[in-house]
Amino acid sequence: MAEIIELIVRFIVALVIALAVIHVSGLVFPFLLRRLWGFMGDRLGPNRVGPQGIFQPIADGIKLFTKEDITPARSNRWLFLLAPAIAFTTPMLVQVVIPFSESYTIADLNIGLLYLVAIGAFAVLGMLVGGWASNNKYSLVGGLRAAAQMISYEIPLLLTIIVVALLAGSLSLDSVVAAQEGVWFILVQPMSFLVFIIAGVAELNRTPFDLPEAESELVSGYMTEYSGMRFAFFYGLIEWGNVTVWALTASTLFLGGWRGPFISGPAWLVIKVCIFAFLIIWFFSTFPRLQVDQLMTFAWKILIPLSLVNLTVTAFFIVLMPDNYLWPIAIFSWVIMIAFVLLMPIVVKRLLLKKRLYTRLTDYGPWVISRTASMRSQYYRGNSKQTSD
Amino acid sequence: MTVRPRIKTDRPYFHLEEMVLNMGPQHPSMHGVLRLVLRLNGELVIDVDPALGYLHRGFEKLAENRTYYQYLSMLSRCDYLSGIFMEWAYVRAVEDLMEIEVPERAEYLRVIAGELNRIASHQISIGDFLLNLGTWTPFFWTFRDREDILDLLEMLTGQRMMYNYMRVGGVKEDLPDGFESACRSFLRTFPKMVDQYEQLVTDNEIFLTRTLGIGVYEPDEAVDYGLTGPNLRGSGVAWDLRKAEGYSVYPKLDFEVPVGRHGDCYDRYKCRIEEFRQSVRIIEQALDGLPGGPVNVKTPPMLRPPAGEIYRAVESPRGEWGNYLVSNGGLRPYRLKLRDPSYVAISTLPRILPGNNIADVIAIAGSLDPIMGAVDR
Repeated sequence: MAEIIELIVRFIVALVIALAVIHVSGLVFPFLLRRLWGFMGDRLGPNRVGPQGIFQPIADGIKLFTKEDITPARSNRWLFLLAPAIAFTTPMLVQVVIPFSESYTIADLNIGLLYLVAIGAFAVLGMLVGGWASNNKYSLVGGLRAAAQMISYEIPLLLTIIVVALLAGSLSLDSVVAAQEGVWFILVQPMSFLVFIIAGVAELNRTPFDLPEAESELVSGYMTEYSGMRFAFFYGLIEWGNVTVWALTASTLFLGGWRGPFISGPAWLVIKVCIFAFLIIWFFSTFPRLQVDQLMTFAWKILIPLSLVNLTVTAFFIVLMPDNYLWPIAIFSWVIMIAFVLLMPIVVKRLLLKKRLYTRLTDYGPWVISRTASMRSQYYRGNSKQTSD
Repeated sequence: MTVRPRIKTDRPYFHLEEMVLNMGPQHPSMHGVLRLVLRLNGELVIDVDPALGYLHRGFEKLAENRTYYQYLSMLSRCDYLSGIFMEWAYVRAVEDLMEIEVPERAEYLRVIAGELNRIASHQISIGDFLLNLGTWTPFFWTFRDREDILDLLEMLTGQRMMYNYMRVGGVKEDLPDGFESACRSFLRTFPKMVDQYEQLVTDNEIFLTRTLGIGVYEPDEAVDYGLTGPNLRGSGVAWDLRKAEGYSVYPKLDFEVPVGRHGDCYDRYKCRIEEFRQSVRIIEQALDGLPGGPVNVKTPPMLRPPAGEIYRAVESPRGEWGNYLVSNGGLRPYRLKLRDPSYVAISTLPRILPGNNIADVIAIAGSLDPIMGAVDR
């Protein structure tokens, strides 16, 4: 009996903490985004409600909570209402395996990393369901983009997680943190960390990979038809909840989790999460958005081969010199990361300038080529003298 | 509208269901109320039908019911981002019809106001284009600097946007006190701001992937379509009315016409960025060489141009903005035809968009910089 009561109490505590993490991040980070984004654009951002506008998220929450909850007339009603709830499960469930401090992990699963990947892949379901059930074309395109994108970027993410599992020698996240007692994995495997950041930003649909909700193309993507509290769920809690759990995961896998100098425990985790959130906000106000085909090319032609090479070499070193494998892995990883960072812009620019000399027509099916060719002969009267080189 | 090719139904490549997407008139990046009826195959555009007229106010008909001065105050509502040029073309037409000689100081003031307005208009264009590509910060930066120009124009004309500054035979009034120093301090800081925009986006790889080789107009094709302004110059055709016709005092000023080479979105963007710098040069020279004298000649309160027809155009930020004015000697224009460069740009969309995907639609439409107030008139 006492065991059952203890279990129930632990469950309630865990539930409260998990909900608190999501709600606090859903309140704080959108506000931080608006303020920091304002500063980066030479504006002030919201600063009217309370000192420095810190009560703005509460005012927004009240506004959204009291708004009418509209279900579009021809939507699939139940799926439409269900979608935010489905999407909400991901940030909740991921927290099950995250070690928040030395003593607090909700459940230290021995397949923690596998669980993480499985639950992370689940995130797309809510967006797809929401996009499809809205019966809106923008929503549908947004949902489909989300599905394609998240499936593609799941793979490099998984490959980097395998690298971490190899280094830690375990799939349990507690062991991963324990393995980083000496040195954080970001120093051993910066390449994996970089891929994890890129793929993670794509998984989270944040700039420059924010295609599923590209506001200048698809209005708001899969959440176009949502209003009131359901919109708040999608926009605030789920998106930023996902950012938070992604940041928690990244901190745990690469930055030593709750470990840190001077103080130890959840405070370091909060600091690390804030750093990642700032990174997201920084990207958001700096980068343009990629296109669907470029996004896929980047995942399949660049990220996946790179992380495969990285994984293979890491595994090779671990097998070859099981006693002292950290140094060779670190050197290799640093070298390919620096090479990637330095060469990528140059190669991309060269390829683009080369491609620019040809028309884009060959990218598509023969019907487009033939049709456009006939249109060209119709409109374009040959022998141009000043065309490009 | 242009000839719209029909897609054959027996496509060998994709066997997906087509979807018709109404992009606009209420859409975040349709520059007002442009509505594009897109036929999509997945994300691929196979057909485009621009539907115009959501902002139609009957500008050409309104001209026939108003005296010349009454109509002048309406014109800046037409292309609301570059009102000076609307008024300028109109007063040029009336002046040339009535054979009124404009004082040189007035021409200089027109050039100053016009080039300030060109910078302001290009700032909206660049900011919106980059916002269409998904980057937010340049949008706010351009709007921040545009605010300075609007302050200058407010000093000059009394209005931030709807200027009503031109008069037949000159301009409304002389430079206010403090304008010249304010303008010069703006001209000193503004080129640095342009460098800032460029540092932020021009070399960004994502920006390059989104713009290089996208929306290409061959030079001949662009000429055939009647594209003008930066859209034409991006294709490598150095056609600028300020040089080609040399109206006003532009022949006395030293400036260059920036020309692209490939005719893609990137070149059009670069042309506009470069025109910022050239406009700054023009304003500096105009302020330096500003002659004395009156800014207006006395005209009768009710203008009665002699019967006749005339076409006068100016190089607006979007291209050749032309007025074809027919007078029958009465108090009101008999007929006024407005030639709008944005309308021409919109009419090329059915040719240029098929074969691109949705994201490119936004990029190309943004790079052509249409203003629906002028397209629908």
